[in-house]
Amino acid sequence: MNDLLRGIVVLMTVGITSLLMFSLSPGGEARGDDGNDMMPGLTHKAWQEECASCHLAYSPALLPRASWTRLMGDLGHHFGENASIDPATEADIRRFLEANAADSGRSRTGSRVMRRMQPNETPLRITETAWFVRKHDEVSRTIWSRKSVKSAANCAACHRQAEQGVFNERDIRIPN
Amino acid sequence: MIKQIAWTGLLLLSASAAAADTPTGFMAHYAQQARVAMTTLSPARGEALYRSEHPGRSGGAQSCASCHSANPKQAGQTRVGKRIEPLAPAANPQRFSDTAKVEKWFRRNCMDVLLRECSAQEKGDFIAWLNRIK
Repeated sequence: MNDLLRGIVVLMTVGITSLLMFSLSPGGEARGDDGNDMMPGLTHKAWQEECASCHLAYSPALLPRASWTRLMGDLGHHFGENASIDPATEADIRRFLEANAADSGRSRTGSRVMRRMQPNETPLRITETAWFVRKHDEVSRTIWSRKSVKSAANCAACHRQAEQGVFNERDIRIPN
Repeated sequence: MIKQIAWTGLLLLSASAAAADTPTGFMAHYAQQARVAMTTLSPARGEALYRSEHPGRSGGAQSCASCHSANPKQAGQTRVGKRIEPLAPAANPQRFSDTAKVEKWFRRNCMDVLLRECSAQEKGDFIAWLNRIK
């Protein structure tokens, strides 16, 4: 009986340790752009789960490291909403975002975003970066305010495969 | 020694899982916190809380229904247009099955709509109403 329990304890310890190791590694597959897609193919469980409960899990490559640090430092006031999470999850997500930020040198998209960034600029809104504004300069104001779009933060309204990280021009369908 | 630790661990795990991982489990939990009998939880007060409009943090009138939709058996939408799965357990069995999630969303959303945390009584009433919807 004692041996059985000891076995259970050992198994639980191994399980918990491996879970921790996986969740702590910054980014897992966080490297490189895939093919013609705009966004680096990233996976991170807490980032997906927490950020994507309200909006698309925006790629960390779209803002510099200092922006993510600022943003994650005040989740209680997140664009007018309380998005606070427990400190451990917050630290885990912040590490992932910082490690894969636009200025991390880990993706081509990030480099393009940085090329248009002023030195010391730490924007909190992706939609206010010069890169985003230029990419969307042909989209008129009336399109952004359509009910079917709702907000410029709603990537998936037009980029139909945004949740899969696909932002190809040919996959864009602007809704009426 | 190891035996005792293991048993305590297992007991704690099963106790915390059994305490509040169903809608009625949460109702019992919040009733106990509010020091009222579970049978006195009021679905009517819960519905009133869901529909009542408040100035909210962003200025305009806000209620639970603004994002979760007037009918909690239907999907809602976040402010930036992302789908919110239905809130009523009858339409979405995953609701009220995870203590950490339930606490997290009550905390955030009550702060956004009411500008304060919700009381245990309010949480109990709220779930009592949602759980009655068939």
